Amino acid sequence: MMRGVWLPLLALAALAIAPLAGFSASYEMTLMARAMILAMAAVSLSFLVGGAGLVSLGHAASVGVGAYAVAILDANGFTDAAQVLPVAIGAAAIFALLTGAIAIRTSGVHFIMITLAFGQMAFFTASSLSAYGGDDGYTLYSRTEVAGARLLENRLAFHYICLGLLAASWAVASMLLASRFGRVLRAARENAQRAEAVGFTPYPYRLVGYGIAGAMAGVAGVLLVNATEFVSPAMLSWQRSGELLFMVILGGVGRLWGAILGALVFVGLETWLAELTPHWKMIFGPLLVVSVIALRGGLAGLVAPRHG
Amino acid sequence: MAESLLALRDLRKHYGGLAVTDGVTLDVLPGEIHAIIGPNGAGKTTLIHEITGVVAPDSGQVVFAGRDVTRLSLPRRARAGLARSFQITSVVAGFSALENVALAAQARAGSSFRFFRPAASERALNEAAMAALSEVGLADRAAVPAGALSHGEKRALEIAIALATQPRLLLLDEPLAGAGPEETERLIALLTRLKAAYTILLVEHDMQAVFALANRISVLVYGRVIATGTVAEIRANAEVRAAYLGEDDA
Ligand SMILES: Nc1ncnc2c1ncn2[C@@H]1O[C@H](COP(=O)(O)OP(=O)(O)OP(=O)(O)O)[C@@H](O)[C@H]1O
Ligand SMILES: [Mg+2]
Repeated sequence: MMRGVWLPLLALAALAIAPLAGFSASYEMTLMARAMILAMAAVSLSFLVGGAGLVSLGHAASVGVGAYAVAILDANGFTDAAQVLPVAIGAAAIFALLTGAIAIRTSGVHFIMITLAFGQMAFFTASSLSAYGGDDGYTLYSRTEVAGARLLENRLAFHYICLGLLAASWAVASMLLASRFGRVLRAARENAQRAEAVGFTPYPYRLVGYGIAGAMAGVAGVLLVNATEFVSPAMLSWQRSGELLFMVILGGVGRLWGAILGALVFVGLETWLAELTPHWKMIFGPLLVVSVIALRGGLAGLVAPRHG
Repeated sequence: MAESLLALRDLRKHYGGLAVTDGVTLDVLPGEIHAIIGPNGAGKTTLIHEITGVVAPDSGQVVFAGRDVTRLSLPRRARAGLARSFQITSVVAGFSALENVALAAQARAGSSFRFFRPAASERALNEAAMAALSEVGLADRAAVPAGALSHGEKRALEIAIALATQPRLLLLDEPLAGAGPEETERLIALLTRLKAAYTILLVEHDMQAVFALANRISVLVYGRVIATGTVAEIRANAEVRAAYLGEDDA
């Protein structure tokens, strides 16, 4: 279980040191924050995919619900974290529970398609929120405040909050998978009939797992909208969900921390290639395909082969 | 037949035009090993599926411990005390042998909606799992991933998993199938030991094993029970010999 775990720890340590080691330019901080937030969303998706066997293609919708909760509260004058966080997390969790209650009754390709459909439904709903910018999106009046302080406006503080929450989401997801609850999820992923034959009905466990992952994605959404001070329906689109899923697969489905590596490498590559050439997407796409084919166990598989 | 632990009443199941279970009425008495024998395709596995809730019968009743369980799902019947092994071994390949059994013990030890403590550190679960593994002779293989166990070991592991659910009835679908000669010997010794403590419904093709282990035998042919009786009765039954034992008895 613990093999190779030094690599994500190293990555987190590097992120902790980076602002103090000269990488404190505005665009660098923005880039790192984006990478950390997406990593958090990817970890919650990895919990679903690798832990519960629920391959969702609508996870960005949960991120977006968290983000829109911030925007809607902002428009109505609520900006304190003590109000924003519970509402955003609750909204994302409820969205996941409601859609999950239906999606989890299906499996395989059907599950993927239904999560995709719910994601698109959320996308179009966001597009129709004309009070909050509709298609054009919504710009925050102010970032979320912590105990009345404009903490998140401090670049450095925001950096470490993102880092801390990323580490926390990894820790929480690990804890959940190791618990009794997680053991049932993992067993049902690998062999549902076996889990049922000893007395477990997978459905409620999967649904709760889906809700928890949605809540975690909601936290990522809160950070994402604070990072850019802007939210638009694009954040919920199936392309974003696909990117998250891609990060998980690139990093390695078998390990939660693979998602962290996957997200960091994804954002890094994307940025680097975009600097090289305006036609970067023509390189990025094939590169992603090749990396998935070449790296069977993902990046995590390089340092921690399965069943080794 | 108030005293039977499991009572099947006129169970029927069709797959298309094929009557796979054709009016099966059968009783398993507490404490007995009741063997079901019959040629390939007779419907033995389907019958086990109907008893445990994997497959729903078209009609008829499954009464377990006096309660009609015909409409209950597989997990609910498992919680009621029906434990089974599968003809095609079914274990969680990525779990260690110990975790496979601990999962089963967990099903019997309070809520599994517990989120904080690592399940692997729960001593009561591990001890129950180790006890079941020792019972089947797998104690020294506890840490091995189930997927890496030999075929015979997997069969034994399935039995350990079933035992850890503290079942009232064990349903074993060809536990000896595909095991080597040594493994077969060990599994028969295990079943002999279990006989003292459990009621068992045993589907098995190995006649020597069946005759050595069973208290009673039911013969299933084309979905029908053509005879039920003691070992001696079944061996002497001409119809059974003609229908089934003829080829096997030589
Ligand atoms: N899901 C299904 N759909 C259609 N036919 C089925 C299905 N399951 C089983 N059958 C058929 O039902 C018959 C009985 O199958 P079953 O597996 O119950 O037999 P069995 O007695 O366990 O055989 P074996 O000794 O080979 O294990 C077979 O002819 C089989 O092909
Ligand atoms: Mg069979």
